[in-house]
Amino acid sequence: MIDVKNVYKTFFIPHEIQALHNVSYHINPGEVVVVIGPSGSGKSTFLRCLNRLEHAESGEILIDGVDVIDYKTDINKIRMEVGMVFQSFNLFPHLTVLENVTVGQRSVRKRNKREATETAMTLLNKVGIHEKANAYPSQLSGGQQQRVAIARALAMNPKVMLFDEPTSALDPEMVGEVLDVMKTLAREGMTMVVVTHEMGFAREVADHVIFMDEGKIVEVGPPEHFFTNPEHDRTKLFLSQIL
Amino acid sequence: MTDTSPAISRKKPNTDLFWKIVYFVGLIGVCLGFYIATEQANYIWHWNRIPRYFYYTETINVRSEIEGEVTKITKKDNDSVIIVEGVGEAEFYAIPGSNITVAQGDTIYMGDTLGTFEDSNLGLMAQGMIVTIQISIVSITFGILLGLFTGLARISSNPALKWSAITYIEIIRGSPLLVQILIWYYVIGTLVNNMLSSASMPQIPEIWFGVASLAIFAGAYVAEIVRAGIQSINKGQMEAARSLGMTKSTAMRKIILPQAFKRILPPLAGQFISLIKDSSLLGVIAIRELTKATREAVTTSLMPYELYFVCGLMYLVVTFALSMFVQYLEKRTVD
Repeated sequence: MIDVKNVYKTFFIPHEIQALHNVSYHINPGEVVVVIGPSGSGKSTFLRCLNRLEHAESGEILIDGVDVIDYKTDINKIRMEVGMVFQSFNLFPHLTVLENVTVGQRSVRKRNKREATETAMTLLNKVGIHEKANAYPSQLSGGQQQRVAIARALAMNPKVMLFDEPTSALDPEMVGEVLDVMKTLAREGMTMVVVTHEMGFAREVADHVIFMDEGKIVEVGPPEHFFTNPEHDRTKLFLSQIL
Repeated sequence: MTDTSPAISRKKPNTDLFWKIVYFVGLIGVCLGFYIATEQANYIWHWNRIPRYFYYTETINVRSEIEGEVTKITKKDNDSVIIVEGVGEAEFYAIPGSNITVAQGDTIYMGDTLGTFEDSNLGLMAQGMIVTIQISIVSITFGILLGLFTGLARISSNPALKWSAITYIEIIRGSPLLVQILIWYYVIGTLVNNMLSSASMPQIPEIWFGVASLAIFAGAYVAEIVRAGIQSINKGQMEAARSLGMTKSTAMRKIILPQAFKRILPPLAGQFISLIKDSSLLGVIAIRELTKATREAVTTSLMPYELYFVCGLMYLVVTFALSMFVQYLEKRTVD
């Protein structure tokens, strides 16, 4: 499904930083992978390279066999299949909740209005905000906004969902509702890559956990491995600080 | 123990009324001072003569051009038709209305009045006002289109587009509008009309060079406003749109520009108010807009005080109407 081979990414602004250093990983269809690590470890960059929001400078990223890094690849085709949810929601404030979920379907998937609205309402129902369909994002709580953002990504019928710290900007009492939606998705067999600090979520739904530090994948394993006997000292230190 | 002391008033003393009075006293003082100064200069105000510069009616005498006899007077669609027959020639005169001063059978000499009618016309300043409004509307329309395109080119990653936009913006913003108008008229206008006449095509009237100078001047400022508006939209908006698979231009049209538009509106309105006022410079290339029309009226009437005040007031009316309209648009685009 997703094949990452020897990927490097360097940022030059504000100064030269090796954000990803020889990262390789393989994700099978239906797998839920949680990426953890300290801030600045490259986990968000890793995620953003998967749909080329950041353009990796060397290596290979294959999604369904198509090379994401290759300049000749039509990235918009790949992005249709790869949904993304952001830490700061990034809902479109000038559109209603319903329009947020239909705009992509209409302009990218070329669905007609009726079809797009039907899909949108089904998904809004699924994330539990169908009664707010005609509200504007600013009228919703953070948790509600993030659920709309998930519905917006799902509306494109993606094969993979990327979550970039989806609960980090939420008030504590709203984290649960977003995680619940994500758990449902995972149970339904969606392939997911989740950058998060929610260890409970990782333990409950992750098939694999990746621990990253300084642009490298330090340790990979099932969640239990991390919570019972992590190998590397760096991993132990990190887990002792957040658990 | 009981507390018997009254509550201490902690209200902020209200001095608003005093300062409001100061304001009005000042305002009246300035006006009064000005009036006294004009009295000192023995200026005689003729406000009653102002309306004729907007709308006037004149009585027109229709005179016979030949010598002869009125042979027939008929009515046709509110017009009176008079036929004068002379020796070996005949003339028809159509006079609106029925104010005829001759009767059938009258003998007429050349130059005799056959009848009169009232003719209503827009005065000099009203005509100038219309020209100013027309020029402003056309220039604003082209200015928006040009500014939008240049603003997008300015943030494009294509060097040809980006550098062209920067060159255009810097040249236009760095030189005085008056000079630009003169260049448009005396340099570009001459060149273009020369080429047209050597290709035996009709000439472009000066008003279009005036419109071009204003539109291109405004376009440079609008471009910077558009650029600032687009860049003020959170980067996450573009990322979210692109992550759905939208192309750059779709994301721009559906997500970024609608949000930017709302933020752009107030500075854009300011720019267009400037443009309307700047159109007063077009008088130098013989376009008879409001200011030029006023100057002409002043030279014939010798009423500079009233006319220049009215001229300024007319601009105020137009710019105020525009800013009201923009405020209405702004309210409509809220949420």
